[in-house]
Amino acid sequence: MTLMAELIQKACALGVPMAAHVDLTWRCNERCEHCYLEHDDKGEMSYEELAALFPQLADAGTLFLTLSGGEPMIRRDFWDLVARARALQFNVKIKTNAVLIREAEARRLRELGVEQMQISVYSHRAEVHDAVTKLPGSLARTLRGIRALRAAGLKVAMSNVMMRSNLGDRKGVAAMARDLGATYSADPTVTPMINGDRSVLDLRIPGSELAALFHDKELVGDPDSVCAPPPPPGDDERNALPCSAGHSACYISPYGDVYPCIQFPLPSGNVRRQKFLEIWRHSPELREVRSIRMRDLPVCSSCAHLGTCTRCPGLAWTEGSMRGPSSADCEKSFYRTGVPSANMLARGLVTFPSGTADTALAAFPAGGRAGFGLVQIAPLPRPAA
Amino acid sequence: MSTTYIARSSAVAARRLGDEMVVISALDSTLFSLSEVAAVIWEAADGRTPLEQIVRERVCSRYEVDHPTALRDAEEFVRALAAHGILLASEQPIEAPPARAAASAGGMQP
Repeated sequence: MTLMAELIQKACALGVPMAAHVDLTWRCNERCEHCYLEHDDKGEMSYEELAALFPQLADAGTLFLTLSGGEPMIRRDFWDLVARARALQFNVKIKTNAVLIREAEARRLRELGVEQMQISVYSHRAEVHDAVTKLPGSLARTLRGIRALRAAGLKVAMSNVMMRSNLGDRKGVAAMARDLGATYSADPTVTPMINGDRSVLDLRIPGSELAALFHDKELVGDPDSVCAPPPPPGDDERNALPCSAGHSACYISPYGDVYPCIQFPLPSGNVRRQKFLEIWRHSPELREVRSIRMRDLPVCSSCAHLGTCTRCPGLAWTEGSMRGPSSADCEKSFYRTGVPSANMLARGLVTFPSGTADTALAAFPAGGRAGFGLVQIAPLPRPAA
Repeated sequence: MSTTYIARSSAVAARRLGDEMVVISALDSTLFSLSEVAAVIWEAADGRTPLEQIVRERVCSRYEVDHPTALRDAEEFVRALAAHGILLASEQPIEAPPARAAASAGGMQP
């Protein structure tokens, strides 16, 4: 186990919110087609409110502070807020589109001791990237910012959300990241809007394309290992926490709302009305989140993928229940391994040409892989908003 | 014998987690987990209090260890962290250490 994994485990055991993601604003200078936020300002927290929140987080034990948005750098007090966070000895990561960063800004971020800049890049082709962001010239400006950050000695993580519109460009983005000295990660996850609107999910890449992604050596490293049938889950997997959201991590919106995670927008309190630690320790919502172990999930606890699935409790919650399956992750598990999830089988979404699901499953015991040629999967229906 | 003053670099992130102190260098992202005793020294590293005094007042008074042994261990600890630039050490009191000074010095300060 790595030192970091040990620390996260310890933070979960102690109930310490070791990582906090704070959106400084939901306003943005881009209009990305897949964005889950509403960009009109509804009265975001002032500098004074945020400056009062940061020490509360430090006192609660938060070490990793991600400042994000929206585009956080459009706040006039952005620099004061970063300085305030660094003075409190947070490990600061900033999520930005970097279009406002030139040499001076990059130097200042370095001098403030920001640990990492995470920047979304959708394509190496301007016409594709700019079509996603709806800001003409945005790729050129983002790349200018990344170059300035690298020249100043900052770590840059380029993240590539893969959608229908940019699916073919991932190798180009990965090559660009290598050239720029940035790390690269790709993620096919598109999340529902925070207001519940699920129309953006139409941008998700088709499930059938996921199989190719999971078998791409450049993306996953060792496809044979990553795509292997899941080993039978044991007690460790059944007793595990669903994820760190609400255990050692939390999210705070620009309006002071506390959620377990940005992908888990369960209102759990508001720092404008209560102290953060009071919410963290006593919120009934967070307590419910913390009460759940994998064995408690009605469908997933019987799934072959229990120990290896990337199931997101937040996405499950947006589908109706924090104890339910997350359909997008069911698809990922299936297309990664060829083994249908318990959710797919229960909902009759997998059909076997030669018989019923039960008899077909019996032909693939112990989590054996069915193979795409033998299984037909219907698109997972999406719940209404 | 010379006097050693120690100060935390401002180019770090640090937080107490239970009985240990977690320190991350903002310069190279190296992660350190300091034991309970090391955390006591870290927290006392204000740039003004001599290391010998920190060991005598904060370590030997709270833990069952003799002063020479504790001081020797503390000096070794200081050297190790100073080599990573996350702790500054000097024979003179240290005023508010800037992050960039730690970055360029990477160890003991004259």
